[in-house]
Amino acid sequence: MEAIPLQPTFTFWDLKPGMKARIVRSCSECGHGLRLQELGLTAGTVFEVTKVAPLNDPIEICVRGSRLCVRRREALDLEIEIVE
Amino acid sequence: MSPPTASSAKTKIDHRPLVVVVGNPNSGKTSLFNALTGSHQHVGNYPGVTVERVGATMRLGDRDVDLLDVPGLYSMTANSEDERVAIEVLRGRREGRPDLLLYVLDAGNLERNLYFFSQLADLDLPVVVALTMTDVVEKNGGRVDIERLQGLLEVEVVRVVGHRRTGLAELREALERNLGGSRRPNRDFGFPTSLEAKVASMAERMARIGVDASKNEVRQALLNPNSPFEETLAELPELRRYVEDGRRELAEQGIEGPALDMERRYDWCGMVSRAVLAKARTGRTTTEKIDLVLTHRVFGLAVFVAVMYLVFQSIYTFATPLMELIDGAFGRAGEAVRPALAGRPVLESLVVDGLITGVGSMVVFLPQILILFLFISVLEGSGYLARAAFLMDRLLGWAGLNGRAFIPLLSSFACAVPGIMAARVMPDPKSRLATILVAPLMSCSARLPVYLVLIGAFIEPRFGPFWAGFALFAMHLLGLAVAIPIIYLLNRKLLKGTRLPFVLELPPYQWPKARDVWITVYFRGKLFLKTAGTIIVALSLVIWALSYFPRSDDETRRYEREFVAANPGAGEAAIGRHVQARQLENSFLGRAGRTIEPVFAPAGFDWRISTAILSAFPAREVVVSSLGILFNLGSDTDESSTDLRDALARATWPDGRPLVTTWVAVGVMVFFALCCQCMATLAAIKRETNTWKWPLFVFAYMSALAYVAAVAIHRVGLWLG
Repeated sequence: MEAIPLQPTFTFWDLKPGMKARIVRSCSECGHGLRLQELGLTAGTVFEVTKVAPLNDPIEICVRGSRLCVRRREALDLEIEIVE
Repeated sequence: MSPPTASSAKTKIDHRPLVVVVGNPNSGKTSLFNALTGSHQHVGNYPGVTVERVGATMRLGDRDVDLLDVPGLYSMTANSEDERVAIEVLRGRREGRPDLLLYVLDAGNLERNLYFFSQLADLDLPVVVALTMTDVVEKNGGRVDIERLQGLLEVEVVRVVGHRRTGLAELREALERNLGGSRRPNRDFGFPTSLEAKVASMAERMARIGVDASKNEVRQALLNPNSPFEETLAELPELRRYVEDGRRELAEQGIEGPALDMERRYDWCGMVSRAVLAKARTGRTTTEKIDLVLTHRVFGLAVFVAVMYLVFQSIYTFATPLMELIDGAFGRAGEAVRPALAGRPVLESLVVDGLITGVGSMVVFLPQILILFLFISVLEGSGYLARAAFLMDRLLGWAGLNGRAFIPLLSSFACAVPGIMAARVMPDPKSRLATILVAPLMSCSARLPVYLVLIGAFIEPRFGPFWAGFALFAMHLLGLAVAIPIIYLLNRKLLKGTRLPFVLELPPYQWPKARDVWITVYFRGKLFLKTAGTIIVALSLVIWALSYFPRSDDETRRYEREFVAANPGAGEAAIGRHVQARQLENSFLGRAGRTIEPVFAPAGFDWRISTAILSAFPAREVVVSSLGILFNLGSDTDESSTDLRDALARATWPDGRPLVTTWVAVGVMVFFALCCQCMATLAAIKRETNTWKWPLFVFAYMSALAYVAAVAIHRVGLWLG
């Protein structure tokens, strides 16, 4: 039922400092997805990666003017696409 | 939402009005609460849960009001016990319906903070907004249009700058004006009118049949077939059908899905934020510049190690002189009251050895607790604690903890009591509990005397200083190594349930506020003395009684006669030491030691070691003086005493085999490393978890672990010869 994406899909594992990405879809039934949406990561929102911890995880992102650190693994409920 | 009933209207007359301080984590909420109330706070627990309740009475105009600081929230969805309690308070299910909400709005995170505000608006309560962090926004060239914000939120907005006490007087006036007032915040968040009409009719229907639901919950129920409200609906088939019909009707218009609610609210937040916030950001802010170093791959980790080293050194080393001072003072106090009680030996021993020693053994923890909380509140207030968690999260995260666990675990190497109390730096209750449960495994400074005696007696003379040092290091590593699988098991088996996603904010760097630091340190010290302290003193008295009774003058004289008969010409001191040893041997504790000798026999411990272990359950450092008494060296033996080392090295079983072999020595050390022989730790766990279940669990699992390890070592030793 899903269309095959034309571009390879990105996940939170692929994010690097300075990258900008957009939330395409989020799973609200998943516990983490709901919490992250409530923190402002709703569909269509663009965020920027501002920091990556020395051990590669967690990462800090800037979303809606707020800085937020999330673990990559726990943000996998969010489907994203790279903006720049 | 249930309408105010006759009974709740009545309680308002009888009770002081309730003002709840609410806001996002890191919004400056607690700091504002401290500024409003000073140290006139009451810290306790909500009944039945582990969540701490922080309240205060505040004078507002000509009346007193109750001000309540609830845990920080991002939304009205509860993900943890803290959040659930906070939401229950807001909804009037714990403390009665609040008369006023004081919403702390962080100007630096305006859009996200407005989201929770929009949910609070659904509660139909008067709200006053305290706008914080405007100084940070302005320093970065931004500006907040407060007039405009007031207009859009439709509530009073007061700008407060915590450390300068700006706006506090205005805030109090605004609170007074709005207390019990009829003004309500804006509730138009651009939801489709058909949805809002359905929500209104549904809420009315529910109120009529007595179902207590907020508009927000009803809206969620209509949009989301998996909302938490579904549980309530399952019991009410008629209502459920009605909700399902409504849901179908809305879905036909394309109004469905849980995301709709959040998206519309955030659209509104974005609109407000764009209207009131003028951003003029050029270049990097100070915080970003500092973070370039402090979260850097190399420098960041180096600074982290340096800071943690400073914290550890402070509680480990700098607290020692203070602790010795306290120890000395209580020792002198004991000696000072002795003459006044002379002639009544039971009373003398009860007061000096039981009461004064017990109170002393509680107060002695204060320096470490105060120093640690001084550091924690400075690190937290400055914003560094969040960076430390950011750096360490990966390291601790895989085991089910998070970056913030570092401070309590490190502190536990000095002493588990402040370490357990420090676990409250973790907002996620599951990680907090897991950390509390393994903190006592970290090798605390009270274990050091035991290691020093045994290493000095058995490792150093036989294997040399290198292996002695290695043994000491290994003992400190052991607890940490054991803790890792324990945390893993706890997460898999005991602490099941959904885990919160780890969410951390790196707030702007600030100078810590002296008031916040002082209040944290003062209340942590006070709470420890008040709640954990009483348990420690009570248990000290029990242990004193067990090691004192039964005792009679006849028996004592018989011990003396026997000893003098066997050792003619023995000095006064030698007689005294012998009598002391026999008295302990004959006490309930000594008898228990004899009784359980078979239990410890597989580990190669005799009744003397068993008794010493039993006597050390309230506080492990007691073991050295217990061994001193049991080996006829008197009670003032300490770990540097060569007599005790020699006595242990010479000790034999009745059949002449040496008692303490190298393996048995290692077994005793491992036993002490793993066993929770510290009632202060258990009392602290009781205080922090608000139940006896977890201290008993810690005691049981650590005792079992210690016993099995000691037996295993002895077996391996026998097998290897």
